[in-house]
Amino acid sequence: MNAIIISAVWGIVMMFSGIFTRNKTSIRYLAIAGLIVLFLANILDLQGHHFFPVHTANMLFFDTFGLLANAILFGATLLYFLLSARDIENVGVKPTDPESVKAGVNTAEYFALIFFVLCGASLVTTFNTLLMLFLGIEIISIPLYILTGSDKRNLKSNEAALKYFLMGSFSTGLMLLGIAFLYGASSQGSFFIDEVAAGRAAISPLFIVGLLLLLVSMAFKVSAAPFHFWTPDVYDGAPAVFTSFMATIVKAAVFIGFIRLFGESFGPTQVKWQLFVAIITAATLFIGNLTAVFQQSVKRMLAYSSIAQAGFMLFAILSLGEIAKQGILLYAAAYSVATIGIFAVLIKMKDHSLEGFNGLAKHHPVLAFTSTIFLLSLAGIPLTGGFFAKYYMLLSVVQTHQFLWLVIFGVICAAVSVYYYFRVIQAMYFKEGEPQTLEIPAGFNGLLILLAIIIILLGIFPQWLLNQLSDIIYL
Amino acid sequence: MIPVLLIVIPLVSGLVGFLIRNEKTARSWSLFAAVVTLFVSLSGLILHKEDAFLSADVAWLPAMGSRFSVALDGMGQVLCLLTAISFPIIFIATWRTPYKNARNFYALMLLSQAGLMGVFLAMDALLFYFFWELALIPVYFLCSIWGGEKRIAASFKFFVYTFLGSIVMLVGILWLYSHTPDHSFSLKSFYALRDKVTGHDQLWLFWLFFIAFAIKMPIFPLHTWQPDAYEQSPTATTMVLSAVMVKMGLLGLLRWLAPVLPLGTWAWGDTVSMFCIIGMIYASLVAMQQDDLKRLVAYSSIAHMGLMCLAVFATTQLGMQGVMIQLFNHGINILGLWIVVELIERQFHTRKMSELGGLAQKAPVLAILLVVVALANVALPLTNAFIGEFLMFSGVYASAVTRYNVVFTVTAGISIILSAVYTLNMIQKVFFGNTNTLTEKAKDLYPNEKFVLIVIVVLIVLIGVYPKPVLDLTKETVDTLLTKMATATK
Repeated sequence: MNAIIISAVWGIVMMFSGIFTRNKTSIRYLAIAGLIVLFLANILDLQGHHFFPVHTANMLFFDTFGLLANAILFGATLLYFLLSARDIENVGVKPTDPESVKAGVNTAEYFALIFFVLCGASLVTTFNTLLMLFLGIEIISIPLYILTGSDKRNLKSNEAALKYFLMGSFSTGLMLLGIAFLYGASSQGSFFIDEVAAGRAAISPLFIVGLLLLLVSMAFKVSAAPFHFWTPDVYDGAPAVFTSFMATIVKAAVFIGFIRLFGESFGPTQVKWQLFVAIITAATLFIGNLTAVFQQSVKRMLAYSSIAQAGFMLFAILSLGEIAKQGILLYAAAYSVATIGIFAVLIKMKDHSLEGFNGLAKHHPVLAFTSTIFLLSLAGIPLTGGFFAKYYMLLSVVQTHQFLWLVIFGVICAAVSVYYYFRVIQAMYFKEGEPQTLEIPAGFNGLLILLAIIIILLGIFPQWLLNQLSDIIYL
Repeated sequence: MIPVLLIVIPLVSGLVGFLIRNEKTARSWSLFAAVVTLFVSLSGLILHKEDAFLSADVAWLPAMGSRFSVALDGMGQVLCLLTAISFPIIFIATWRTPYKNARNFYALMLLSQAGLMGVFLAMDALLFYFFWELALIPVYFLCSIWGGEKRIAASFKFFVYTFLGSIVMLVGILWLYSHTPDHSFSLKSFYALRDKVTGHDQLWLFWLFFIAFAIKMPIFPLHTWQPDAYEQSPTATTMVLSAVMVKMGLLGLLRWLAPVLPLGTWAWGDTVSMFCIIGMIYASLVAMQQDDLKRLVAYSSIAHMGLMCLAVFATTQLGMQGVMIQLFNHGINILGLWIVVELIERQFHTRKMSELGGLAQKAPVLAILLVVVALANVALPLTNAFIGEFLMFSGVYASAVTRYNVVFTVTAGISIILSAVYTLNMIQKVFFGNTNTLTEKAKDLYPNEKFVLIVIVVLIVLIGVYPKPVLDLTKETVDTLLTKMATATK
């Protein structure tokens, strides 16, 4: 509960901070401080220190899984703020255009919106009724529509925002419809996720339709094929700083909600829908990886790669075991850290195309080296966190003793993914060029190295993250 | 104790190597580290026979049932010794080759050594997989940064091939892991599985593993990455690739596939043997057509590895012994060939046989040493390869698991004759005949080059005359391996 209330309150504080100060630096520090408070409060919550004894009528359920997920999300956001907060200030600002400089000072609002997204995320990770899930998803989505369109003078950004809004609200509608069906199908008329599943001796058509509608709308939110069409345009059109946020923290949060929903409500009826998920997974892996191969812009390539990565995370939804739950947390952490890192580097590049990275290793060895680690992690090479993330996903499905074809298909796709990740490495190290970068602030390199170290630690001792966090709980 | 040192010394010295500013110091440092590794490896061979000395076992990922478990068995001894000998030889032989950013080059070489040692020593499947990939990454960078003109494409092909193979193997490892009763990745638990996994499952599981190993060896038709990678890599890296890295495939086959899935191995024996045979003949024929020295040696290596794989699937005592000794011999012999290629390329800036000739007049010492190495490549008696190939041929011929043993022996024999054709042809073209404008000013060997070639020649003759120590060393490995394969087939 700590996280939900603090993030909401801090969001409001951030919003009004714009009235009292126009100083960007103090606003940035306020946001970072807020996130640290949020992170610590969540950790304290894990240890059993609840600041706000609110009676939620069991509509929220604060189990370790959800709170751990929160901790990972907030930790990732903290890293994201530290690396990219300066770039949030520059969204929509073109130094050459004085009007945009004047209009671009919306920093406080952007931070406020991000805090609201985090509030939604902490609802999604701890919901216990379908209503709370719906609320959480909506609270996540609406600020994102705004953030996508925040580069107001850029036509692509506007287009992306409108597209995202239209498609997003459509899928929200489907979700609501699904929830209504499930409510009708449950024996006593209940929104509680465990009661939706109770007494499922005979499965009514109502239940199946509701389930499928929920599956579709969740698949839309995590950009699984064939509901992924918004993703490349939105990720490409939105300012890169916010793409980074959407592709990592938001996606991870929705996945946590996804596995929570399907694990609790639809676990007993798994056999009925497993094949659907398997097909969606295969399609997502196929389309994401194959299309990423042909991209010339690194930003767009990362958009497709995030679809491909979602395909791997769907393995957890398919198998729904303890391993899947642990794995999705690890995946969320490894994937978020690596993607935040690579986006932070991308934002510093003037040219977002592949050629823009040519020869980076010579001019900025730290940027190139850390990006290599991030890319290796995304590709799932051992010694990086990405390997164990993929490992857990594969293992969870292999242990069900079914869908081995999907596992093999998945690893072949992983081999394909090496192609496009390595193209960036090749550009940085083996090709000559004069890469143009923006000014790199002090401490940026150090932070990137910190991220790389986190990834490597996750790759050698993946238990470290989970144990570290669970140790805190039992202090 | 020893196994940990074998991994840690190159790893740490490699990481330190990145920090050394002076390029000459970096070179001396890496040679020093490689020599220390060699001494550690030798001391493991000579000093103790206690288990505690030759193995180490520490908890790594307790929740997953994976341990950092490394040990030196007979086969491991041979392969680690090969790795430990190869690197000093490579460093000395290429002492005069200039590399830009030499410190990074040498550091990456040492890292690849650490990865290779890990593969040969790991007794835990997950650890094995880890090192399997880790050996790959430094080599990828070595080839892509310091390689020839088409290096980026060639090394990338190599990387994707190997990565695809290994990740498919990961699925196989996970499948076996999820069937172990104690949820463990240890080799012992995997061996205990072999009676539990049904013949039907073994049939398809076999390929999940074999593809990874076949790519590495390489076995026809998965060999297409190899000539390109060998040709485009800097020669020092090619030496690592061909002398040591291809052995990863055979080790995987002998340690992680044949004893774990004996039924699958037995059932697919003829199919795989057929591919080996086709590959041997095909590679030999292609080698005969080559004008580029590097490509010639590359194809010749495919033929030799094919024979070793064939002997493994024959499942006989003699054949296995032959494979074990040949693991070492092939590495030494091909190192000798590469050193000569490197010398020629550095002096004349060409590898085309048609542009060379008459070197024997100008460089007699080189010519003599090369002829010995070349004869070993043809497996002439009194050279080390004769022992290995003779044992393998006897093994294949005596094989009881296949009905086609005669066919296999005869066809493989033809490829050996072909190998004599292209090897001797190469000697003739490069070393005899008249000198031309290019080879007129040829110099003979520098002392460092002479030293390494003499070491190699001595090893060739020594093992050729007295192979007993190597055979004794690996006898136990062979016996346990054959028992494991036999008990399950019954």
